[in-house]
Amino acid sequence: MYQFINTILIGITSGAIYSLMAIALVLVWRSARVVNFAQAGQALLSTYIGYEFIQKFHSFWLALFLSMVIGAAVAALIDATFMRTLFRRAGHGPIAGVAPIIATLGLLGLIRSVLGLIVGGKDVRIQPPVSNVGYTISGHTLAFSPLKLLIVGSVLILMLVLTVIFQRTNVGLALRASAYSPEIARLAGVRVDGIRTLGWALAGAAGAAAGMLQTPDGTGALSPDSLEFSLLLVFGFIAAVIGGLESLVGAVVGGLILGLVLAFVLTYISGSLVFITAFGVLIIVLLVKPSGLIGSRRGRRA
Amino acid sequence: MRKFIQSYFGRLSLFILLGFLLFLASNRVDELRVYQGATVAMYVVAIASLILLTGYSGQVSLGHGALLAVGGYAAALARIHFSAPIWLCFVIAVIAAALAGAVLGTAAARLSGPYLAGSTLALAVGLPSIANQFHIFGGEQGLLFDVGAPPTSLGADFTQYKWYFWIAASIALIAIWWLQNILRSRFGRTWRAVRSNEVAAELAGIHVGKSKTLAFTVSSGLAGLAGALLAMTIGTVSPSAFPLTLSFALLTGAVLSGVTTLSGVMIGALTLVATPEIADAISNRFASSENVATNLPGLLVSALLILVVLLVPNGPVEQLRALRTRKRAKTPLTR
Amino acid sequence: MTLVVSDLSVDHGAIRAIDNISFQVEQGQMAAVIGANGAGKTTLLRALSGLTRATMGSATWQGHELLYSKPEKLVRFGVSHVSEGKSVISELTVAENLLLGALWRKNGDEADATREKVLETFPRLAERISQPADTLSGGERTMLAIGRALMSKPQLLLLDEPSLGLAPLIVEQIFQSIRDLTTHMGLTVILVEQNAMSALKIADIGIVLNLGRIAAMSSAQQLIFDPQVRAAYLGY
Repeated sequence: MYQFINTILIGITSGAIYSLMAIALVLVWRSARVVNFAQAGQALLSTYIGYEFIQKFHSFWLALFLSMVIGAAVAALIDATFMRTLFRRAGHGPIAGVAPIIATLGLLGLIRSVLGLIVGGKDVRIQPPVSNVGYTISGHTLAFSPLKLLIVGSVLILMLVLTVIFQRTNVGLALRASAYSPEIARLAGVRVDGIRTLGWALAGAAGAAAGMLQTPDGTGALSPDSLEFSLLLVFGFIAAVIGGLESLVGAVVGGLILGLVLAFVLTYISGSLVFITAFGVLIIVLLVKPSGLIGSRRGRRA
Repeated sequence: MRKFIQSYFGRLSLFILLGFLLFLASNRVDELRVYQGATVAMYVVAIASLILLTGYSGQVSLGHGALLAVGGYAAALARIHFSAPIWLCFVIAVIAAALAGAVLGTAAARLSGPYLAGSTLALAVGLPSIANQFHIFGGEQGLLFDVGAPPTSLGADFTQYKWYFWIAASIALIAIWWLQNILRSRFGRTWRAVRSNEVAAELAGIHVGKSKTLAFTVSSGLAGLAGALLAMTIGTVSPSAFPLTLSFALLTGAVLSGVTTLSGVMIGALTLVATPEIADAISNRFASSENVATNLPGLLVSALLILVVLLVPNGPVEQLRALRTRKRAKTPLTR
Repeated sequence: MTLVVSDLSVDHGAIRAIDNISFQVEQGQMAAVIGANGAGKTTLLRALSGLTRATMGSATWQGHELLYSKPEKLVRFGVSHVSEGKSVISELTVAENLLLGALWRKNGDEADATREKVLETFPRLAERISQPADTLSGGERTMLAIGRALMSKPQLLLLDEPSLGLAPLIVEQIFQSIRDLTTHMGLTVILVEQNAMSALKIADIGIVLNLGRIAAMSSAQQLIFDPQVRAAYLGY
C-alpha cells in the first residue's frame, strides 16, 4: 500500500521535472517552430552557474533567481546570433527542416564538452535548500519531502504564469502569432525576431529552474555525464512530444504521465525496462493521436 | 568522359578500381590504420543509411544507433547459437534490422518532423537497454562476435586487422554500389519527391506512406549491416557499444558528408574516425589532463558540425556543385 | 504626399519578376493593378511592404524609403499589406486577429475607436468575434484580413487579390466597403486584382502589368474603355 503511494509520489515528482524541461521545449517550439535539443545543455550550464552563485552568495534562492536570469540571457543570445544566422544560411535549402535539429544537437554537444572541460573531475554539488527527508505517516516514510513539494509547486506555478502570459497578454498574442505565421505577424507590425528571442529567453529561464531544482533532488552532483542529465534531455523531450508540443498544459500532462508510468515500471517491473517503456508510451500516444495528446486538431505540421 | 563516369559501367568500373586501390593500400599501411580503415568502412555504411533516410526520404532519425544494435546483436546471436558462417551472419543482421525497420517505419511514416525525431530518440535510449533485462542478450557485458581468423589461403602474414578491413571494405563497397543504384532508380526519385512536397507527391500518384516505410526499411537494413561490422571490429556487442552519442555521431557524419547526396559519404566517415585521433594528438601535445582528453573529441566534432551547418549547410559536395552552376549562370534571365 | 516608385526591379533567383517600373500614386487615390497571372502584381506589393527584397530602384512614401526594410518597420510608417491568400492567422480568434494589427499602436483609445469602425463596416465579424478564424467563410476571412490591416492605422493600404475565391455578390460588397473606407479614412490604396473590371470600377487610376513591365497606365475610366485592355483583361 505504501509502496503504491510512494510510487505515485515518485512519479509525480520526477514527472514535474520532465514537465519543466518539456515546458522549455514547448516554449521554443511555439515561438520558433524549432525543437531545441540544446535545452538540456543550457539547463546544465545555467545550473552550473547557479552552483557558482551558491558558492559566492551562500543562498540557494538567490542563486536560483540569478541562474534563471542568466539562463534567459544565454538563450536569447543563442537565438539572436546562432539561430538567426542559421536561418539565413540554411533556412531555404533542402536541409531546412533538418538544419535546426542538427544545429541544436551540435550546440548540445558543444555545451556538454565545454562543461566537461570546466567541471570534469571536480566535485560539484548543490545541496537542497529545504529538507529532503520524507514526510512520515504512521511510521511509514513517504517518498515526498519539502523539497519535492517545492519542485511540484514550482512547476505548477510556472505553468500557470506562462499560460496567463500566452493567452491573456499582448506579448503572449505576439508570441503566438509569430509562431503560427511570422509573415502575417510582421505585416501586422509585430517585431517577430525580437518576440522569438523572448520565447527563447523564457525557455532558458524554465530550463535553468529545472536544472537547479532537479540537481539537489538526487545525489546533488552536477556533471554532463550524469544519468540525471541524460534523463533531463531524453525524458523532457519525450514528455513534450507526448503532450503535443503545442501547449504548456500538454507539457505538464505529458511529463506527469511519463513520470507516473516510468515510476510504476521502475518499482514493479524492472529498472532496465524504463527506457523502452518510455519509447512504448510515446509510440502508443502518437499512433492514437499523431500530434500528441493535446495537439491541435488541425494537425499543424512541422 | 563525364558521360562515361555517370553511366552504369562507368560507375561500376570506378567502384572496382576503388576496391583494388584500397586493397593495395592495406598492404602498405600499418596495423592501426588498417583497423581504422575497417571502422571507416563501417561508418560509411551507417552514414549512407542515414543519407538515404534523411537526405532522400526526409525523415530524421536520432536513433539509428538502435538499429545498428539490432544488426549487431542478430549477427552475434547467429554466430553463437547457430555457428553460422560469417557471410550468413551479416545477411541475418541485415534482415533482422530491416524487419525492425519495417515495423518502425510504418509508425514513422505517420509522424512528422519533431515527433519522429522524438520517437527515434526514445528508441535510441530504450532499445539497447533491453539487453540488460533478458539473459539471452548477455546483459551489460554483452555477447562475443568473433569472425574468426583469416583463411590460411591468404598467407601466413595476413593479419587479423587486415581481415577485418577486407571484410568491412568489401561489404561497404557492395552496399554503397547497391545503394547508389537504388537512389538513382525510380525509388530514389520517389523518395525525393515525397521529401520535397508530400501533398504534390500524393497527387502525382505516389503512395507516400509506403514510400516512407520502404525508405525506413532499407535504411534500417543498411544500419544493421553497419552494426554487424561494428560488432566485428569491437569483438563484442553490448548496450554500451550503442550509446546515444553514437546516434548523434552518425547524424553528424551525415551532415558533414552533405546529407542530400551520397557522394560525400567518405568525408563524414573519415571525420568521425579522424577526430578522436586529432584530439588525442592535441591533448598529448599540450600534456593536458585526462579530463581534456575525454572532452576534446566531442568539442571538436560539435564545433565542426556547427560550422558546417552554418557555412556549408548542404554539405561540401553540394556547395561545390552550386558554386560551379552559379559561375555558369551570371546574368538573370529577363522574360 | 505621393507614393513614388522609380525604376523598381525585383529578381526571383534568376528570373526578373519586375523589370524597371516607375509610377506614382497621389495621396487619397486608389490605383488598380491588373494583369495576367505571373505578371508580377503580387511581387510588386511584396516589394513595397518589405516581404520580398527588391533588387533595384526606390519607392518613397511620405519621405520614407520603403524598399529594403523589414515589414514590421514599414507598418509604423503607415503601410499595411493584406497579403495573398486570406492573410489571417487561422489559430487565433477574430478578436485576436484584429488586436494583432493594433499591437504596435501606443494609443489604446484610438485603437478601440478603429475597432469599432471596422466592426461597423463588417458586422459579420462582430457576430463571430470570439470564433477562431478558420471557422470563417472565405468572404468573412477577407473582411477580417482587411480589418486587421485597418487596425494598424494605415495611410497606404496594399490589397492583394481580395476577391480571390469569393462569390460575385460578396466581391461587390467588399469592394464597396473598400471604396467607402478609402474615401472615409483618406487612404492611399494599391489594389491588385485578377478581377480587372471590379477593380477598375472603384479605382481612380489603373496600371496594367505584363511580364513584369507596365503595359498601360492611365485613369481607370480610360482603361475600361481602352479596346486593347478590354480585349485582354475585361473580356469584351
